[in-house]
Amino acid sequence: MKIAILGFGSVGRGIAQIVAERDTGLVITAVADSKSGCIDNNGIDPLELINRKEETGLCGEKGITAEYIIENAEYDALVEVTPTNAETAEPSLGYIRLALSRGRNVVTSNKGPIAKNYAELKDLADKNGVRLKYEATVCGAIPIIHTLQYGLAGNKVKRLYGVFNGTCNYILTRMADEKLTYKEALLEARELGYAEADPTYDVEGIDAAIKLVILANAIFGMNKKIEDVEITGINSLTSQALELAEEDELTIRLIGEINNEKGILKVSPRVIPKNHTLVVQDTLNAVTIDTDLAGEITLIGKGAGSIETASAIISDLLFISNCHDGSP
Amino acid sequence: MKLEIRDTPGQLVAALKPISDLGGNIKSVIHERDPFNDTGFLDVRILLEMPEGKIRTLTDSLKSQGVNVLRINEERFLIRKSVILIGHLLHTDLSDTVDKIDSTGFAEVGELAMIMPSINEPTSAKMTIISENLGNLEEAMNLLKDIAEDKKILVIEPLEEF
Repeated sequence: MKIAILGFGSVGRGIAQIVAERDTGLVITAVADSKSGCIDNNGIDPLELINRKEETGLCGEKGITAEYIIENAEYDALVEVTPTNAETAEPSLGYIRLALSRGRNVVTSNKGPIAKNYAELKDLADKNGVRLKYEATVCGAIPIIHTLQYGLAGNKVKRLYGVFNGTCNYILTRMADEKLTYKEALLEARELGYAEADPTYDVEGIDAAIKLVILANAIFGMNKKIEDVEITGINSLTSQALELAEEDELTIRLIGEINNEKGILKVSPRVIPKNHTLVVQDTLNAVTIDTDLAGEITLIGKGAGSIETASAIISDLLFISNCHDGSP
Repeated sequence: MKLEIRDTPGQLVAALKPISDLGGNIKSVIHERDPFNDTGFLDVRILLEMPEGKIRTLTDSLKSQGVNVLRINEERFLIRKSVILIGHLLHTDLSDTVDKIDSTGFAEVGELAMIMPSINEPTSAKMTIISENLGNLEEAMNLLKDIAEDKKILVIEPLEEF
């Protein structure tokens, strides 16, 4: 199956690396980063691509844009891994619309367009008889979307809750284990590259809320916006609060929760027994799905990282190529 | 509850055993020996916590042990939920916060533990609210959340009921 990759940062390069090393049947025919692009409908050598990017900072020639690639390259699936803009969802949203309208499958790691415009994009994909896949948008490497759509098909999900943000989980783990203050733990997370220079999205619970909105809309068919999520972050937590929890063998974690029965959609710090399944360490993510037939299922894994995100993208691509022959 | 037991060795233990067997928690035992009472019986007052609906089984079990149940004061406040509060608890009148919950009549603040790091830093506290049933407990929790919102206090609730 032929793929075109938009965005050649760490995730894009991770995908190229996997295509180079494994027999996936995937062929890269076009790539674009923010400044350049290249097209070869017979296939581009992924290792050459990675080297060129490392040496020159560009993946191709200046002047070949993402739009040009979407409209002119030969590909079955567009891999859209450009940086996320959670407010406008652009330019990613425009790229996805364009590719779907051309009758091409789309696989994305971009939370913005899926959280904001899922219903519209799904409609567009259906009209054109192609697939829109977005496993990488929620919990990185954990196949939560696939589990909900296929693994648990036929079940009614009563409640879904867990740790959706690795940065917050790291901070809370360190506050509990090492008695660090919130500020100290955040500083450490930054130094290790787990938190961004501006950690607002993570620590205020917005990132976790966006993931809940994606699940609510894409899996449960709701029509939710980020404003519909009740959000409390971890930025005002004190180490004394964790100390008080500790006295009763409890701790605190930032939990995202969708409760279909009680109509709850919220992200908030919660008190939880230290030996609870969802009390995972460091930057891990963990989600429990409570269903009527299968009971409770908990998935634990890496929620971020370039190879981990690439894993989710590759899995979506192979699903399309295995189940749909790749042909649009 | 107030019990009348035979004043012979081993009888008190026999009266207490069914309580723990049924999952009850004995809070206190007051054992009064009246020097002018020569009936051969002792009055014992026991304060205990029992799961809802087990009281009848307990009295039956006690009767079969030859223990006379003189009086049972209706059990109250058995369900508890602990939350962690962060904020300027004292500056926002903590006793008013507690009073508002206590004055509902159906719930009360059972325990309160606080850590105050220094002046002007937010205080962290663990507050346990107890009530007689889940519905009332939820109502008291909602009241606490409303108070907390007014006073800009963060309420951290448990993930599960425990």
